[in-house]
Amino acid sequence: MTVLASSLGLGASALQAQEAGEVEQLKRQLQQMRENFDKAQREHREQMEALTKKLEALAAQPPATAAAAAAAETPEEPLSSPWRPSDPIRVGRGSAYMDIGLVGTFAAGGSTADDIEGGTQLGGHDPNQNGFTIQGVELNLMGAIDPYFRGNANVLFGVDSEGESFIELEEAWLETIALPGNFQVRAGQYLSEFGRINTQHPHSWSFVDTPLVNARFLGPDGLRNPGARLSWLAPTPFYSELFLGIQDSHGETAASFRSSGHSHGGHDEDPLPFAYRHRDNDRGVDGIGDLLFTPRLAMSFDVTDNQVLLLGASAAFGPNSSGMTGDTSTQIYGVDVTWKWKSPSAHAGFPFVMWQTEAMLRRYDAGMFDWQEEADAGEEAIIDENTGDPALLSRETLTDYGFYTQLLWGFRKGWVAGLRYDYVTGEKGDYEKMNLSYDDSVLGRDPERNRRWRLAPNLTWYPSEYSKVRLQYNYDDRRDIGSDHSVWLQFEFLLGAHAAHKF
Amino acid sequence: MRAENIESQHRLDSFLPLTVPLFSSRGEGRGAGKVDRFKVFDLRGLLMVTALVTFVPVTQAKLNVVATTPDLAAIAREVGGDKIELMTMARPTEDPHFVDARPSFIVRLNKADALIHGGAELESGWLPKLIEQARNARIISAAQGNVNCCEGVQMLEVPEQLDRSKGDIHALGNPHYLVDPENAKIVAHHIADAFSQLDAANGGFYQANAKRFSDALNRKLPEWQAKLAPFKGQQVVAYHNSWVYFAERFGLKIELFLEPKPGIPPSPAHLAGVIAKMKEAGARVIIVDPYLSRRTAETVARSTGATVVEVTQFPGGVKGTEGGYIPLLDYLVNALAAALEKKN
Repeated sequence: MTVLASSLGLGASALQAQEAGEVEQLKRQLQQMRENFDKAQREHREQMEALTKKLEALAAQPPATAAAAAAAETPEEPLSSPWRPSDPIRVGRGSAYMDIGLVGTFAAGGSTADDIEGGTQLGGHDPNQNGFTIQGVELNLMGAIDPYFRGNANVLFGVDSEGESFIELEEAWLETIALPGNFQVRAGQYLSEFGRINTQHPHSWSFVDTPLVNARFLGPDGLRNPGARLSWLAPTPFYSELFLGIQDSHGETAASFRSSGHSHGGHDEDPLPFAYRHRDNDRGVDGIGDLLFTPRLAMSFDVTDNQVLLLGASAAFGPNSSGMTGDTSTQIYGVDVTWKWKSPSAHAGFPFVMWQTEAMLRRYDAGMFDWQEEADAGEEAIIDENTGDPALLSRETLTDYGFYTQLLWGFRKGWVAGLRYDYVTGEKGDYEKMNLSYDDSVLGRDPERNRRWRLAPNLTWYPSEYSKVRLQYNYDDRRDIGSDHSVWLQFEFLLGAHAAHKF
Repeated sequence: MRAENIESQHRLDSFLPLTVPLFSSRGEGRGAGKVDRFKVFDLRGLLMVTALVTFVPVTQAKLNVVATTPDLAAIAREVGGDKIELMTMARPTEDPHFVDARPSFIVRLNKADALIHGGAELESGWLPKLIEQARNARIISAAQGNVNCCEGVQMLEVPEQLDRSKGDIHALGNPHYLVDPENAKIVAHHIADAFSQLDAANGGFYQANAKRFSDALNRKLPEWQAKLAPFKGQQVVAYHNSWVYFAERFGLKIELFLEPKPGIPPSPAHLAGVIAKMKEAGARVIIVDPYLSRRTAETVARSTGATVVEVTQFPGGVKGTEGGYIPLLDYLVNALAAALEKKN
């Protein structure tokens, strides 16, 4: 068909030809096109004959294979469009209007820590036990919906450390293709545009696990919720884009906000909630102030022909569920720097050097909470050892900060060496200065806010674009707990469509 | 009322400056709901103005063109001359399959009137996300400004079966088609047609340039073919399977590759096999693109007495090819002829 179309096109342009030489040349081209067309036709006939033979062979087989024969016949339906046996039967662009990909990420290894899940490893998709971990099997569907929107969905299947299967809706959104004024709207369930790591799916990470600062401030599974995001590409000569996200502020994926505690695959909430307040302040959404707002500004410069710099500043504002007053809020601020050098004669993207750092500050307005209420309800309560009564926690603002910095060196095709340093800490709060106990054990510093750091070197091998093997060592140091060593081997496969990479 | 609504909806969709007929249709009201209709039209007028301001550039001087690779850029320059503003994304020395999706490209794509790309999955690892982020209706696929150059090219090596165990294969065929001058002519026509549609005032200029370029190729092609004719059927070894179109056009055999499968790095065992086959076939020329390992090629060359020839598919990829598409082909033909000559 295309051959015919292009020969028609040539015929039309022949009308414009004036010089005799050109006519001659076009005639030659036309002749060639005709030959090509005849050749293609011949091929089609041969291939159709081959197909017919195959079908006859199948039909001649005993009825046991009738179903198979029927299956083989189904492609006959679109015969109006010239399907050839050599054409792939595939679910891809142009045939099913959707790209489908599946990424399976697994880890094996061990740690000296007794509390791997939620202890040394904070991320929801980190290796979580000695032995093997299914970090996630993620199904990605994407494509254009119509001339106005494109759609994307990431559904993650997993099996938790208890052996329970679970499904997570990581993302499912539609996005406008071309709004006026350089605007773009994304709506649905999406990862909040905060920094670099938060918007990436685990298989895009350069390390086995979530950075500590991300897991502690933005949650084990990252900050993501239903909502809408407006972004604007500013008319500057360099890249600068402004984002404003509005999302629900409750649910297990809004960790520093109105999270009800992280529950992976039906797990129980953490026994001691954040800042020792209960997370049961279900205030609902009465006004716009009860939603989560995430503004971000990103800018990028080509420092030289071989170097790219990307700078970003992000924030997240929203209510939190601490205390009993229902008017407490959280602010998280973040800055990020990404710098990449790539060789001018890079082969398959190697060699390169990439440096990425994110720093965050969180101010958490912890509300007043009276543990007497829990005691009255017959629940286990936090006791103020000075009085012997259930504790009365006063309202205060808790300040935490942390960062990670990572360096990647793609030293030869398919090989990347990485090093990451993580640090998080919190300023001691009033409640940590009190003499509190829970279940007869003294509490002291809040483990969810105490200082800790990690040094993690790793080595990744990409046999191809569609698979990788990664070995990582973690040295963890936690104040009041001590240090731990962990070694994780990660392996990953990718089937089907591979979404193009963002910078 | 309904009919008008649909009509204006259509106009809005196609972003055409139709403010005048929209307002003149106001007088044909049928009494009822007149006030309401006024409101509706005012709103539509406002929308129109917004659409106009945002979508139609004021007195556009030059076509803003972005090309993915330097070979496409070279042909776009031949066709567009000084009537286009041209930017190239990939550098001539880098692997066109793995270009970093730099955010600065988003800015260029956002302002582009035309995006010229090779298609056939050449840029599928980095271009789609950039187009998504560029939010430019003029260059999304199916838009006039999205010039998919592989259309109408007789693609070679279209796989019978999509199976990644065979390496990184391309469903639509080998995408390195532009080293065949016949395909360069097709691409030039594509580009000229697109430019003429986008900038009708200069249509004649673009078509004439494309014709001049095609004529030049028609003159050069017999010359190039004559230069390589003495070596018809001879084996040339390549690192990556990106020279099938060149081989086809000039009667060479480029069937032995240092990579065992496309995109899979050479293993010692595979190289030993290549060396044996080279000796058997008497192949003594190895061609290497600038982004591929020259060291590997030289190791093989040492054990076979072969010559390593630096080649490139992109103007500027190797010294002496900066002048454009024709100088690039001149270089390729001369360098190969010289190396094959030396052998005899």
